[in-house]
Amino acid sequence: MKFKGNVWKYGADIDTDRIIPARYLNTSDPAELAKHCMEDADKTFAEKVRLGDIILADKNFGCGSSREHAPIAIKASGISCVIAKSFARIFYRNAFNMGLPILESSEAVDASEQGDALEVDMDSGEIINVTRNVKFTARPVPLFMQELVNAGGLLESIKKKGALR
Amino acid sequence: MRPMTITEKILAKHANKKEVIPGELINAKVDIALGNDITAPIAIREFKRIGAKKVFNRNKVVLVPDHFTPNKDIKSAEQCKVLKEFAIEQKLTHYYEGGEVGVEHALLPEKGVVGPGDVVIGADSHTCTYGALGAFSTGVGSTDLAAVMITGELWFKVPESMKFVFKGRLNKWVSGKDLILRIIGDIGVDGALYRAMEFTGSAIDKLSMDSRLSMCNMAIEAGAKSGIIAPDAVTKAYVERRTERPYKFYASDSSAAYCSLKEYDCSKLEPQVAFPHLPENTKNVSDAGNVKLDQVVIGSCTNGRIEDLKVAAGILRGKKVHKYVRLIIIPATPLIYAEAMKKGWFEIFLKAGAVISPPTCGPCLGGHMGILAAGEKALATTNRNFIGRMGDPKSEVYLSNPAVAAASAIKGRIAHPDEV
Ligand code: SF4
Repeated sequence: MKFKGNVWKYGADIDTDRIIPARYLNTSDPAELAKHCMEDADKTFAEKVRLGDIILADKNFGCGSSREHAPIAIKASGISCVIAKSFARIFYRNAFNMGLPILESSEAVDASEQGDALEVDMDSGEIINVTRNVKFTARPVPLFMQELVNAGGLLESIKKKGALR
Repeated sequence: MRPMTITEKILAKHANKKEVIPGELINAKVDIALGNDITAPIAIREFKRIGAKKVFNRNKVVLVPDHFTPNKDIKSAEQCKVLKEFAIEQKLTHYYEGGEVGVEHALLPEKGVVGPGDVVIGADSHTCTYGALGAFSTGVGSTDLAAVMITGELWFKVPESMKFVFKGRLNKWVSGKDLILRIIGDIGVDGALYRAMEFTGSAIDKLSMDSRLSMCNMAIEAGAKSGIIAPDAVTKAYVERRTERPYKFYASDSSAAYCSLKEYDCSKLEPQVAFPHLPENTKNVSDAGNVKLDQVVIGSCTNGRIEDLKVAAGILRGKKVHKYVRLIIIPATPLIYAEAMKKGWFEIFLKAGAVISPPTCGPCLGGHMGILAAGEKALATTNRNFIGRMGDPKSEVYLSNPAVAAASAIKGRIAHPDEV
């Protein structure tokens, strides 16, 4: 999987309430959620984000609630992948379980600014900042997680194993 | 055999292994799987999409539509309907609505649905609450919940454990909430990322179950996977009259390995207040300064239990809430509600000028029943003070224990309970 897009850059501890405020959690419709994605962190995001764009964030991205609405909203808004210095644990699980590509790279986050053009290769973990002509390698994704993604997510892997009743 | 922590022992047992090592990926059997009106609709949709027909065990899948109860609008009513129809279709034993519903993490321990030695997962981040009973319990997402509903198992990475030892006697007005706020203030909102927090020491031994539940509840606020307190006589007294399910007490080996150790002398701790917009922005209440309030909320899965309401009633007795403050009191479950009424605390609250809400998450997540306008400030006994958590993104939430909250409601500003 390869992605190309422009950077939306955010700070540390972006919590799930800022990714998708609870006042919109009375629905789980992806298109509806996408309209309010990042609303409390950045009012312009939902309107200006373009297909393929990439979110870059400091440490502990996605902390707070377990709401899968957060990765759903990000994915539905057109974001191709999220790169952060670190992810909150439940967000990390959710992203893999539902197929939102995420990578950890402190270097790429520190060296890139809002609007930079990035190219990301999920398989090799290579991140190229085209604007600044620099290259980074993300922390490798654990093998088990790669297998989950390759199976098409957690539920697909369960289905393949024939565990449905 | 290598010495293990309580968390490692529970996980090993449920993965059918003699031992587990931090970092190891395991498949563990799950005793209880929980979903609510926000997360379960997605789990149920995924369950159906993948072609599953039956849950793995109808006694072990628990649905609690507590977040927007009583249904706040048409959209939330539709979500609750999804839960209800699924509960009927699957003949779930543990489905609660109407006059039976309470805030999930207060309800499940109270009803004895979760117990010591269990592995519990919930599609709600505060599922870590049940560590207070000596269970391994952790929050997951809706897809994880769907997977467990189908198979009764889930993959986990065995976490490293951090040890927090509390010694000495708690000062007056200091509760479990203050201990956990102090820890989060010290290690930060990602200070325990991916790890299990284990709370021990002579002060924990003396802590009530309500205080223990409120401590473990906020482990997630330090980024932890779980929080846990080894079960003891307090645990036994609590679970014995509640559960018919067999339960098991585990304890850490004395030579078990921890990735960190932190000690606290409780005699030096005073009530804590977390300032906006992160639970790690903690201060001693006496250093809070003059923070004028528009609203005070006493409730939630952190501090909506009997002990919490008792403390609030003690402070509010014969007093009046400040004229320009809305005090909203939310007993976390119907049983707590009934108990508080029987004890005469409702009269105290009403005379003081408080609003008493039925059990619900309500304002805790900015859902309904007490939303803030731009610029308004609230002090709440809840667990999160993120931007916009209780309403407008320009509002502010401060976190404290119920004693500080009650005193502050009277004073109209953040206040020490000794001031009233
Ligand atoms: S009371 Fe608040 S923190 Fe607890 S489950 Fe409800 S919304 Fe979540």
